[in-house]
Amino acid sequence: MPEYSWPSREASTVIGKVHDRLDGTVKATGAAKYTYDINLKNQLIAVAFGSPYAHCKIKNLDVSGAQKTPGVVHVEVLPQGKKDTEIEWEGELLAVVAAESEGAAREGLSNIKLTVDELDVFADESNLAAAEEAGRTGKGGGKVETVNEPGDDDDEDEFVEKEIERLFKQAKYVVEGYYGINPITHCCLEPHGSTVEWKDGKLEVHLSTQNVSGTDEQFARDLKVDADDVNVHCDYIGGGFGSKFAPDYWGIAAARISKATGRPVKFMLQRDQELKLGGSRPSGYLKVRLGADAKGVVQVWDSQHWGSSGYRGGGVSHSVVPYVLVPKNYRRISTTIKVNLANARAWRAPNHPQACAMTQTALDDLAAKMGADSYDIFMANLVNASNGKADVYRAEMEIGARLIDWKAKWHPHGKGTSRGSIVDGLGMGLHTWGGTANTSSCLLKVYPDGGVESFCGTQDLGTGTRTVCAQVLAETFGLGVNDVRINVGSSKYPNSGASGGSTTVGAVCESHRRAGQDALEKIFELAAKELGVDASVLEAVGGKIRDSANRNKSIAWRKACSLIGLKPLEVTSSYQRGAKSPLTGSGVGGVQMAHVEVDKETGVIKIKKFVAVQDQGLVINPKTCKSQVFGAVIMGIAAALYEQRVTDPKSGKFINAELSDYKLARVGDIGDVVVELYEPESERQRGVIGNGEPPAISPKAAIANAVANALGVRVPTIPMTPKRVLDALAKA
Amino acid sequence: MKAFEYAAPRTEAEVLQVLSAEPGKTEVLAGGTDLVGLMKKMLVTPDCVVNIMEVPSLKTIDELPDGSVSIGAAVTLDQILDHPYVDVYPAVKQAIRGINSMQLQCQGTLGGEVCQRPRCWFYRNGQGLLSENAAEGANQYHAILGNSGPAKFVSGSRIAPALMALDAQLRVIGPAEDEETLVPVSDFFRTPRHDGQREHVLRPQQLVTHVILPPIAGRTCATYEVRDGEGPDYPLAAAAVALRFDGLGIVHEAKVVLGQVAPTPWNSSEAARLLIGHAVDSQRTEQAGLVAVRLASPLSENKYKVQLAKVAVKRAILLAAGLETGGFQA
Repeated sequence: MPEYSWPSREASTVIGKVHDRLDGTVKATGAAKYTYDINLKNQLIAVAFGSPYAHCKIKNLDVSGAQKTPGVVHVEVLPQGKKDTEIEWEGELLAVVAAESEGAAREGLSNIKLTVDELDVFADESNLAAAEEAGRTGKGGGKVETVNEPGDDDDEDEFVEKEIERLFKQAKYVVEGYYGINPITHCCLEPHGSTVEWKDGKLEVHLSTQNVSGTDEQFARDLKVDADDVNVHCDYIGGGFGSKFAPDYWGIAAARISKATGRPVKFMLQRDQELKLGGSRPSGYLKVRLGADAKGVVQVWDSQHWGSSGYRGGGVSHSVVPYVLVPKNYRRISTTIKVNLANARAWRAPNHPQACAMTQTALDDLAAKMGADSYDIFMANLVNASNGKADVYRAEMEIGARLIDWKAKWHPHGKGTSRGSIVDGLGMGLHTWGGTANTSSCLLKVYPDGGVESFCGTQDLGTGTRTVCAQVLAETFGLGVNDVRINVGSSKYPNSGASGGSTTVGAVCESHRRAGQDALEKIFELAAKELGVDASVLEAVGGKIRDSANRNKSIAWRKACSLIGLKPLEVTSSYQRGAKSPLTGSGVGGVQMAHVEVDKETGVIKIKKFVAVQDQGLVINPKTCKSQVFGAVIMGIAAALYEQRVTDPKSGKFINAELSDYKLARVGDIGDVVVELYEPESERQRGVIGNGEPPAISPKAAIANAVANALGVRVPTIPMTPKRVLDALAKA
Repeated sequence: MKAFEYAAPRTEAEVLQVLSAEPGKTEVLAGGTDLVGLMKKMLVTPDCVVNIMEVPSLKTIDELPDGSVSIGAAVTLDQILDHPYVDVYPAVKQAIRGINSMQLQCQGTLGGEVCQRPRCWFYRNGQGLLSENAAEGANQYHAILGNSGPAKFVSGSRIAPALMALDAQLRVIGPAEDEETLVPVSDFFRTPRHDGQREHVLRPQQLVTHVILPPIAGRTCATYEVRDGEGPDYPLAAAAVALRFDGLGIVHEAKVVLGQVAPTPWNSSEAARLLIGHAVDSQRTEQAGLVAVRLASPLSENKYKVQLAKVAVKRAILLAAGLETGGFQA
């Protein structure tokens, strides 16, 4: 077995270089077939009837009208549509209508009659007092750490109370604040859904999924068939962001209806359903008191936060509060709130964006109170970096400050020069994430004519996974990116982990590099005999296999492959998550800075410039890597300024569950975004680490801090809408 | 979407023949940017959809003998943007540019823009145009003026305030085959008091065929929208202004119309009066903004719109006067 490793930066010819995405053209031209584009012959279109009530008990669901609607072929009442079921959020699917056309199916829906007993609705997850009064709260956990420990005879709670008060008395600066971040939805452009078909007892599923290898078993379990009888395909996906790991009950319903009708069924969520059911990010609201020393280093932190993940409660985990910069003394308590809304799903770096936005804003308010430069206070607090990455943050802050021209643009909070009603400000935030490699297997075939083809049950979320796989194999074999063929997106291929937690790039790099090196070892053995050298001296470079000491002694790649024989060389290589490996690593930092302008008369905020400095170990493709950061920053800008699930407090209805009402950032809103990849040799040596999530964490804090710097007033809740900016100015 | 019959008449008379006398039975299709969404959500369920895009007389921009400009209801918004006859009415073009979506501008028509249904999310969620939830619920984008009755929504049209400020009229045909009337835009919109009323006075079997802009005759005009972001989202508040100055820079005639603040475009004669007889300066425009929202009665979540409406009025006047508006420059 070869010793797995990456070539040095100097020796690399393909990895670390910019390459366009292999699927860029088919996507740009519309030739790429997403799940939504799959239409099978003779298929039925299924649409679902959702509860119009946020909280109710079903008395009767009469679908007879739908069954009689012209064009309707099949109506299924889902288990939660049965009599006496308690429905806990608006939009919960109760029945499915399958018809010859979408129009007929929708008309069928309009003929369904639902009668219910309405129940009390609670939807205001920001209002802790109201939630307590309504009996909707629960304990979310917490933790206390103090340097001094209670004596054997001390009452622990009493000690903590006194110790924290003692620390606050010692503090040179004390800041009290409230910070909140509203829930947002995943807003996948391609809704959740599938097109399914039974063929000879086997189920073919075209599923919009982040989990090709893992969903066949889920279908099989629920449909009581063997996993071998289910094939899941997903060539392209229009967004998942953590919300598409399962078939979901509507996918299973599609398969049931297909079996019952003997016809293919296409069942994609409608837009409002996608926003209501497809996934949301929990809210978070935090009250904090922090105490800092004369240098602005936080010595004590005391916070309580609350929020909700939906009808089951939940919210932001206490484990990430305060975020990254954790003083030695802290107390954190969290409270969960049950609201009548669908439960949240993982959203790009679960918990981290909210924690960053709720706590690094408090740190910035410390700088404001001190009249200090926020940059200096963040720098001073790197001594509290809980992930051992203070040096990385320090270097990234210096790069970021240079790129955004921090020193020249900085002014104390609220003390900048104004241009009419326009004021400007700077802010920053920093983050951390794991990004460890997931489990992955790769079947590699090297053909006697020199062709190289890989098969892997991973999926390309639009992040460039195919391209990265091709670069790894091309580098390994000394070929070009277009000389290898990558096959992903089918559960028939060897298992590869779900794309969640920024684990994919590491996973596929492990499996493809391993398979490549394993295959190359065999090819080297054949070539060595041909060249009359020891296999250990060979290297694959520039379409040749050559003696590394005597480069003129070489054999062309194709000729070497012809030595394989008549059948292709097949190698399957695997990586198991958690195994120590020189190819991949874990744990990244990242620093982001924003320069904003605010119109004090209207409360409208504009991003002037946004700088993201990101480390992720070894970078395979700087272009796709940067694209990840660009996308994350754009999402972050949207969440900071526009995005918000608006729930009508009276009815509990998710009232803006349409893209026309759900505000997002547009091209003109994102300003000048600059991405810098931080990859000194010390980082490169750590191997490949995923970066899909980390850059989506800090934008909210960075922008909120920039707005506070511009105005001299904190806009406490994100998104910072004109209403909230004007409200904050009015209160000041 | 309910199954429907489709008609594509070729003349205005043919349109009237297929329009139903019964409310809701027929819907007029032009660009479809609003209607199709409403039909997909089953908020409107016509038996017959009447496409007016095949009627040539509705697709022209003409100068009339008196110098007025007549724009067909089926003229697309991008055609208006490109047309030299409309250059003298910058308030109209500014409102269209504010839509910030090439797709909506190329597909949407003038008639459709003026007659679009309100964006009120209670209405769009099937709770009706006069939903009681709007009074105390999520009403951050709702009316701050003219909202004492059951209607809390804001008028959707972004061009209508400019048309009102410019004293434009609508040519309306029907219900009778040979019936034709000119309706001032200021009389076209109304605040519905009950579910049986629409947000305009158009009756079944009537059709808006043309918008007639009177000669500009020395007036200046402007539209200013307070928008949150550069997308096609509707403005948070807007104002359109038309002014006539004398040779010394004194305002002789003024019209100030607010948008997105009331169930109809909202004419502020008080603000207009304040301008007449004076030069336009920052103090006077500030006062005009204040009086324009003097009667505002914000709902539970939209007090901020009072400030935005005030700023919109102020900046629209400054823009019409050719002065710096402040704020972010377009």
